[in-house]
Amino acid sequence: MALDRWIALILLGLCLAYGYTAWFAMDAGLAPFMKRAPIWPSTFPKVLSILGTIACLIILMGIEKSDVKEAEIDYRRLHEYKLGQAVLLLLLMVAYAICLRPVGFIISTISFLFLGAFILGERKWLLMFSVAVVTTLIVWYLVQQVLGIYMRPLPGILGD
Amino acid sequence: MLEGLLIGLQTALSFQNLAMVIAGCLIGTFIGMLPGLGPMSIIAIMIPIAISMGDASAALILLAGVYYGAIFGGSTSSILLNAPGVAGTVASSFDGYPMARQGKAGKALTIAAVSSFAGGTIGAILLMVFAPMLSSVALLFHSAEYFALMVVGLSAIAAFAGTGQVAKAMIMTVFGLIMATVGEGALFNLPRFTGGVMDLQSGFGFITLAMAMFALPEAIFLVLKPKTKGSAEGEIRELRITPAEAHAIAPVIGRQSIQGFFIGVLPGAGATIASFLGYAVERNLATKEEQAEFGKGSIKGLAAPETANNAACTGSFVPLLTLGIPGSGTTAILLGALIALNVSPGPRLMIDEPQIFWAVIMSMFIGNLVLLILNLPLIPYIAKVLSIPRNFLIPFILFFTLMGAYIGQNNATELLILVGFGVCATALKFADYPLAPLLIGFILGGMLENNFSRSMQLYDGVAFIWERPMTLGLLVIAAILILLPSYRARRARHRADGVADGD
Repeated sequence: MALDRWIALILLGLCLAYGYTAWFAMDAGLAPFMKRAPIWPSTFPKVLSILGTIACLIILMGIEKSDVKEAEIDYRRLHEYKLGQAVLLLLLMVAYAICLRPVGFIISTISFLFLGAFILGERKWLLMFSVAVVTTLIVWYLVQQVLGIYMRPLPGILGD
Repeated sequence: MLEGLLIGLQTALSFQNLAMVIAGCLIGTFIGMLPGLGPMSIIAIMIPIAISMGDASAALILLAGVYYGAIFGGSTSSILLNAPGVAGTVASSFDGYPMARQGKAGKALTIAAVSSFAGGTIGAILLMVFAPMLSSVALLFHSAEYFALMVVGLSAIAAFAGTGQVAKAMIMTVFGLIMATVGEGALFNLPRFTGGVMDLQSGFGFITLAMAMFALPEAIFLVLKPKTKGSAEGEIRELRITPAEAHAIAPVIGRQSIQGFFIGVLPGAGATIASFLGYAVERNLATKEEQAEFGKGSIKGLAAPETANNAACTGSFVPLLTLGIPGSGTTAILLGALIALNVSPGPRLMIDEPQIFWAVIMSMFIGNLVLLILNLPLIPYIAKVLSIPRNFLIPFILFFTLMGAYIGQNNATELLILVGFGVCATALKFADYPLAPLLIGFILGGMLENNFSRSMQLYDGVAFIWERPMTLGLLVIAAILILLPSYRARRARHRADGVADGD
């Protein structure tokens, strides 16, 4: 089975779960006075769950014939591409998300930009470091000082 | 009217006010480039400065400059990095980004600047002529018509449904709508589909989703498949628009300025729907060969949403200035600024303080003109962003997507959601599912449901569909927009079959 039909299967599962919540689970908590209204919080989701299920089934059963197009990246040969770099970068983003609050903006961002370039194969250490530091400080100055959006610059243990 | 124009010109052309326009345009353009900061937040940031100036005309002129600058800046990031920071510029990335990838970044930005200028200027002329009359039209639209208008907006998905892609585009739209129902609905005040997670209480963030759907998969693709040496990537050529291209986009600009303006006049519809609709309509009007180009770097596909969103921004001033009703978030903030400056917009504004009304209109002309003059020489430098070496560019793109999502919500969980959705979006992209309909569904979903619910409550059922002729008319238009492409495709296939049989 091709990837697009596997995805349709997963989406169908999501649709059914969503539909179950909309049709059977949600209305239990509805206040009595709201039950007299012509529209309930679940009305619109009910319609959506039906539409979504129909569309998923169309793809899953292959009713609609589509032309096979040359994809930009063939997922069947994913390992031939630089998969490792992509996965590492995604992990780096997750690490950044987790570290941003406790470690502080400046250290996390400098490390993120530095390690990002490192993962992609850059080895000019001085250039990498200075670019990371300069960008971080500019963005921090802009966001914190000019726009006034608070971002904790330093690790939490050093105070706010 | 001529007298009013002269009053406006006199006010707007003073040295101080010209400096204001230039400063506003520059600030707007540069901050607008950062994803996550749309016109609304930039204007909100500028308000203290504007109010402290004390002069209502000067303040408004500054804010108008910031407004137009921010819209142009937003288009820049969607064209160059496929990272739309504002809902109104999502449609610009459909064709703008493919153009940038073909090495035509300079040309794409030039087209964006020129069409924005044309849209804004024609919009301002329409505003000047029609503002008083249109104020009553804006009030004719009820929630039933808004609901129908959103459905017409959703028909833009038809533009992504190539042959055999209708079901996929439909799934994506439905999922966009489903994602819009997560969190508290405005009419019900009940958390829905949050699974008890507090962070989902307010729903998914638009920026998070836009970055996860567009910018992140694109960056992952760039990592997976480095461009071979000698490709056009990063090279900037073809800065100028050829006469043939100018000829091709001129009618698009003309049509979309008018259409965008009238959509912008309706409170609540605004630049986003104008840009999606502009894209869908132009695609339907284009010839068969041009239609195949849409989504792959069509100049018409870029000019249409760019013109429409600027014209709509201008249009949104109609209800603000004539009725005192802000039609969008941005105009709501402007209304706040006006009231702080002791100006109360409404039917009396044109009579009591004509100099402010006309100064605003003139500042729109001047703002657009200054923006064009400032930006055309800057375009080669802005486009140079793409020639940053890949090893530095990709971490930067990733960092800016993260920053955009973080600034919008100030919530680190949002970043994890971003990465998660980004991975899902990449998988969907592998399987050739169009991602734009998902985002369109998400953006329009909230408004669609609210207006639908409101009209259901007003009419105690679905009777509004046939009792209001305008609603019915709009729904019929939506059906035509969706069915026309597949009808055309079917007819073309039949014709092709006929030729094959004849052999």
